[in-house]
Amino acid sequence: MASRRDKRDKWASRAVQAGFLVALALAWYLATTRWGVSHLLLPNPLRVLQQLGDILRSGEFVGDLRITLTELAAAFAISATSGVTVGYLLSRSPYLVRVFEPLLAGVYAVPIILFLPLYVLFFGLGPASKIALGATISFFPIVLNTLAGFAHVERTFVAAARSMGASDYHLFRYVLLPAALPVILTGLRMGFTVALLSIIGSETIASLAGLGHRIVNLAESMEMPRMFAYIAFVVVIAALLNTIVSTIEARWTRER
Amino acid sequence: MSAVPAIRRTLLRHPGWARLGVVVVLLCLWEIAARFVVDPMFLSPPSRVFASLGAVLGTQGVPAALRITFFELAVAFVLSVVIGLVIGLSVGLQSFARRSTMPIILLLYGMPQITILPLFILFFGIGAASKIAFGVSHGVFPIVLAIVAGVQNIKPILLTSARSMGASRWHVLRYVIFPHMIPSFFAGMRLGMTGVLLGVLLAELYVSTAGIGHFTTQFTQNFDPTRLLGLISILAAMAIVLNEIVRRAEVRFGRWHSS
Repeated sequence: MASRRDKRDKWASRAVQAGFLVALALAWYLATTRWGVSHLLLPNPLRVLQQLGDILRSGEFVGDLRITLTELAAAFAISATSGVTVGYLLSRSPYLVRVFEPLLAGVYAVPIILFLPLYVLFFGLGPASKIALGATISFFPIVLNTLAGFAHVERTFVAAARSMGASDYHLFRYVLLPAALPVILTGLRMGFTVALLSIIGSETIASLAGLGHRIVNLAESMEMPRMFAYIAFVVVIAALLNTIVSTIEARWTRER
Repeated sequence: MSAVPAIRRTLLRHPGWARLGVVVVLLCLWEIAARFVVDPMFLSPPSRVFASLGAVLGTQGVPAALRITFFELAVAFVLSVVIGLVIGLSVGLQSFARRSTMPIILLLYGMPQITILPLFILFFGIGAASKIAFGVSHGVFPIVLAIVAGVQNIKPILLTSARSMGASRWHVLRYVIFPHMIPSFFAGMRLGMTGVLLGVLLAELYVSTAGIGHFTTQFTQNFDPTRLLGLISILAAMAIVLNEIVRRAEVRFGRWHSS
């Protein structure tokens, strides 16, 4: 009985979700065709779809996408290597953890996007400033999680491994790393997400190229349907990337 | 001769002093780099930045810009809390509502909102309204999620026993659900404050007529790193103070049932 009701509830909630999305699309369509909402504020969804098709078919997006993804890859490579390395080295000494953890957490609490004008001043409007900002912002969740992962391994495990004669390498490979990996992976996922967001964000605010730049350009030239199409495109790309990263995280964590 | 071990011992016993030492060393490195290595067009030493704080605050329009930004942050935060509380309670208290709407909320939360920043400007103009709206769009989701999680974590036995003792719906809400929600509510407020800060500052930096974004752009374009750093330090201090207030509140109100 209970399971049948659960199943019915599940279908009902799915129906509510689908209904919500349909209603939203319908309201959007009616707002632009019947209710006289200005086309400059809300373009007709059909035209947005048409523009999206055009963007995908013409391959116009490739250049901007490549720039944004290159920036993301560079920023994440820098922050992942430096974050994990620094986190591991600091975690080796409880004293250093106590000195540096509050310091890093304190900086993490400041909205680092504030320093964007400074980065633009240093690195110019090109990709370098985006890479630097993305690397800085994503460094903190990665280093903090690595630190937490390695520093809070159960003491008994370490002592037991040592007493059974584990070498430094064995201790790292079979005790510390497996215990810390899930936490580190969470940090890496968080770092990846914020790196993506901050790169698109800094492209939006000040840049020469990239997906964020394209959206702003279209907004400023009032090409609303095309801008909406690009927004949809970026949202899908971001969702895709986040799904990939979350899947990797889940798989590695489970395999342990 | 005995001073060195004594210092060593003090540092080992009080990591706080060592932390302060790290900050001082970093400031010294910055000072040296800015004075002797880096072009003064791009970086200025912390001593000069500190000395220029008065000049920054004396710049025509900067105090007003800081006031505007603070006002935007405050309004966006209050709106986020109110909207988040209403949505969180109405979604979280009913299991069907939660199951049907939570995926939609998570979907919206997972969207990179920065992509629709130009839309916010188009809808709400380049004044304070767009910053507040963008701040709310960043701040409201963590609060909703925290409240839903808080409501969900109440042990069913508490609700059942309250009801079996004859509590009305309002009494259950007032004496069981609200007190249990408080820790997660404050945790949500802290995350919401982080989001609001991010949203408002992003929108400010993107386009601004009288807020701080206007001045960061101006100082950047004039290659005036001293005043730029001064302004950024003031804003960072503002952010730290706001964060600290909600964090203290979280620690204070989150304590009672943490056992």
